[in-house]
Formats: sequence, structure tokens, C-alpha cells
Amino acid sequence: MAAETDLKKDAPIGPAKAGGEAGLAKVIVITSGKGGVGKTTTSAAFAAGLALRGHKTVVIDFDVGLRNLDLVMGCERRVVFDFINVINGDANLNQALIKDKRHDNLFIFPTSQTRDKNALKREGVERVMEELKQQFEYIICDSPAGIEHGAITALYFADSAIIVTNPEVSSVRDSDRIIGILASRSRRAERNEPPVDVHLLLTRYDPARVAKGEMLAVEDVKEILSIPLLGVIPESESVLRASNTGTPVVFDENSPAGRAYVDAVARFLGEQREMRFVQPERRSFFKAIFGRA
Amino acid sequence: MAAGNLVQGALFTVMVVRAAMLRDSDFEHELAQQIGRSPRFFQNAPVVLDLRGVENFTEAAEFERVRDKLRALTLTMVGVQNAQPAQLEAATGAGFASFAPNASTQPRAAGPATPPPVSKARLVTEPVRSGTQVYARGSDLIVTAAVSPGAELVADGNIHVYGALRGRALAGAAGDEAARIFCTRLEAELISIAGRYLVSEQLPPDTRSFPVQIALVDDQLTITRN
Repeated sequence: MAAETDLKKDAPIGPAKAGGEAGLAKVIVITSGKGGVGKTTTSAAFAAGLALRGHKTVVIDFDVGLRNLDLVMGCERRVVFDFINVINGDANLNQALIKDKRHDNLFIFPTSQTRDKNALKREGVERVMEELKQQFEYIICDSPAGIEHGAITALYFADSAIIVTNPEVSSVRDSDRIIGILASRSRRAERNEPPVDVHLLLTRYDPARVAKGEMLAVEDVKEILSIPLLGVIPESESVLRASNTGTPVVFDENSPAGRAYVDAVARFLGEQREMRFVQPERRSFFKAIFGRA
Repeated sequence: MAAGNLVQGALFTVMVVRAAMLRDSDFEHELAQQIGRSPRFFQNAPVVLDLRGVENFTEAAEFERVRDKLRALTLTMVGVQNAQPAQLEAATGAGFASFAPNASTQPRAAGPATPPPVSKARLVTEPVRSGTQVYARGSDLIVTAAVSPGAELVADGNIHVYGALRGRALAGAAGDEAARIFCTRLEAELISIAGRYLVSEQLPPDTRSFPVQIALVDDQLTITRN
């Protein structure tokens, strides 16, 4: 690449091509309808996971006014310009993008904490998306909760969607609603293009509680939502620790949740991997007494 | 012309008697013999008087005479065809209907010339997600996937769900009490036919998750396991 001075704009940037047309970036929305199910954690983990696999990836915070992604990514002290500044033309893209310190392929695009969702003007977002597509292979959109303007804007440009769902009925119903919205109100739907490809990611899964009937089982959720399962992320203390230290959980190799995210990223890239962490763990006598390490 | 469900078209077989032949005394005799061979068939059978080629029958009294004559043979004269304007006026005055002029052996009943158009059922092959409503206006609705909780199916005709029905289903939405709901797995939040409804907790437990059909019988929503 170094020898080439005449770099084509549409040439693939990373070692592997993103899905779809040659060199075209793929937009992935992380969404759920319901709040608090793990969208931001998943956005951070997925973006980091794709970067670790060698794909140049940016993760955008669409939750205008409730900025969190920068905290989870541990770059909150480096935010100068944000998504809304770029939409409004007050700053250019490269001024606002924050390069992750842990990985060269990973960039964070923070949002504004002082504005609200109405600042997300569709034309402006479209322009920014087109610009990002020139630089990145994967664009991860961290959606706000709800089904209003912010969430709709976050999913509008998506090629793929990861539906983050907790194993409980209200989360499943909200996921179902957002899948319906993806099928009717995304840009692909409006233009009669092939539909957004939708994946289920089950988070905060606790096989022991499923066994006791306190949580919906993977199969139940799959059956209700009838979309392919990308992964099951076990309930894990490491997730909270990762959020609080600003480290995406995939960087924690000892964390079951981190390993489950690595698997999910691999499946997203087309690999076959066995589902882990869906059976109740056999707890040893000592673990039962002293709690899990 | 047709006012919704108040007026419906139908086809009937009606005998036609040619007025020109009535003058023949043998005709009456032969007719009486034929009726004698299958009296049940001719009991109160409707008859249309074909006026082709006759010039009289411009007075109501003439129609009444034929009516009485046919009555004596157990036939009921209901109308005329191929009538001239003056004949038609007299026939109408005597209380007879006018049938389409050119039909000869099987005149159509009065009313819409063709039955109401049958609209194709609306077909949905993707899962119906929470928050979406599908309305099949003036037709049946067929869904070949699951219907999620919080989704709503509405059809003026029948509803068929080849999958789990977990949302709401309202058949006969325009008032058709003959509409039915069919599904391969009943887990609905609400079912309704022509405005009568049952909510989830009123559904008999022994029908839950089973393939069923739902119909309105004596004004009661009746669920039958298939």
C-alpha cells in the first residue's frame, strides 16, 4: 500500500473487505427499543471486537443528550467536538473522531451532552455517514432507547442490525417492535432495497435462572422473534467493571462476557462457532461458598 | 345498486311459458300431464311468461287470467320477459317483475347482473411484529408466519394464520358474522368476529397453543380444536 501514491477512494481500507459491494462500508445499528439492556456495552464490545479482527471501525453515539459511549470507551476526557458539531458544520469529521488508545483500527465518534435528539437532522447525518464510509469498513451506530426520532435516525441508514435483548418478556416485545420498524422505516425499506439483515444478541443471560424458570430460555426468545441468533452474552460482573473502567469488555480475556462477544463478532463475520455459556455452570463447593471469582 | 349486505345477487332456475302457446288447448293438457308426472318439482314453481310474438297482453286483466290458470296447475307466475313497453306496463300493473329480455330458458333473477367481485385474499409471509397492524379490506387475510404480541390483524373476511397467533385477530371487521379465524397455534391476546370478542384470559385453557378454528355460533364465539 505504501508504494501506491494514487490511492483510490473506494479501495478497501482494511485487510478484509466489509460485506456487500466492494469496498463499501457496512453500517450496523445496535438497537433494542428498551433501555438498559446493554446497547452501549454491546456497541463498544462489537466495535472493539471488529477492530481486533483487523477491520477499521468507528462507533457513533446516537444518544444525543445522554452521552455514555465515551465513558464506556474510556475517552471522555478527550472529547472536543462531537457528532452534532459535525452535522451542523461547526467542525470537520477528523476533528471530532477520537482514535482509541488501545487499537489503531478503532475510532469513537462521541455525541453532544448539551443538545437533544432533534439536533439529529437526517440530511446532516446522511452526509456524515457518506463521509465515514470513505474511511471505515464498519460503522457501528449506538442507538438510544425508544422508538422516537433518535432511535429511528440511528437505524435509518443501517445495512445490518443487532437487536440487543434481555431474556425477559418486556425486552422481547420491544425488540419485536424495533424489528418491525427496521422492516418498514429504514432507508432500505423505503427504497425497496434488500431488507436490513437482523441479528439477535441475547445479553445478561443467566443459565441458572433460566433453569429455575425465572428467565426466558434462548429457544423461547428465538422462537418469538424468529431472527438468527448471533450470540448469548452471560450475565457477568466483568461487564460492569469494564463499563466503569472505560474498557470494552472484549479486551478482558478472562471475562466470559468478553469471550462471548468475541464469538459473536466471529459469527457476524461468517464463522461458525458453538454457543457457549448457555448451560448452567457447575459450581464447585468452594465457589458456592466464596462466590464466583 | 346493491346496498352492502342488504341486497345480494343470486341465480335461480325458472320455467318459462310461452304466451303464444297458451292459446293452444293441447298445450295446457300436456303441461298438466307433465306436472302430474313430477308434482313435487312443480309445486309452487316460479314461472316467467314469455311474450315474444304476441300482440295482446296490454291489459292487467289478461295477465291475471294467465296467473290464475297457472295457479290451478300449482305454478306461480312471477314475471314476464320479451315484453313490449305497453305489455310491460300492464304486467307491472298486475304486480309482475320484468326479466332480462333475451334470456330464453334460464332467465336471471332481477338484481345485480353479476355476483359481487371476489377479491383475492391478502397474503403476508413475514412475521407480523409488535406494533404493526395489517388490514385486509374487503377480503380474507392469510399470514404464513407468526403474529407477535402487540400486533393486530384485521380482515373484513376470514383470517388464517399458519404459525403462532400471539397478537390480536379481528375477522369480519365490517360485520360479516360468517367470518372465521383459523390458526395453527392459538396464543392470542384477543380474538374477535363481527365485533364479538374474547380476551386472552377468557380463552378456554384447553385450546391454548393448539391449532383451532373460531366461528360465531348462536352469537357466541366458539373455538374448536382442529
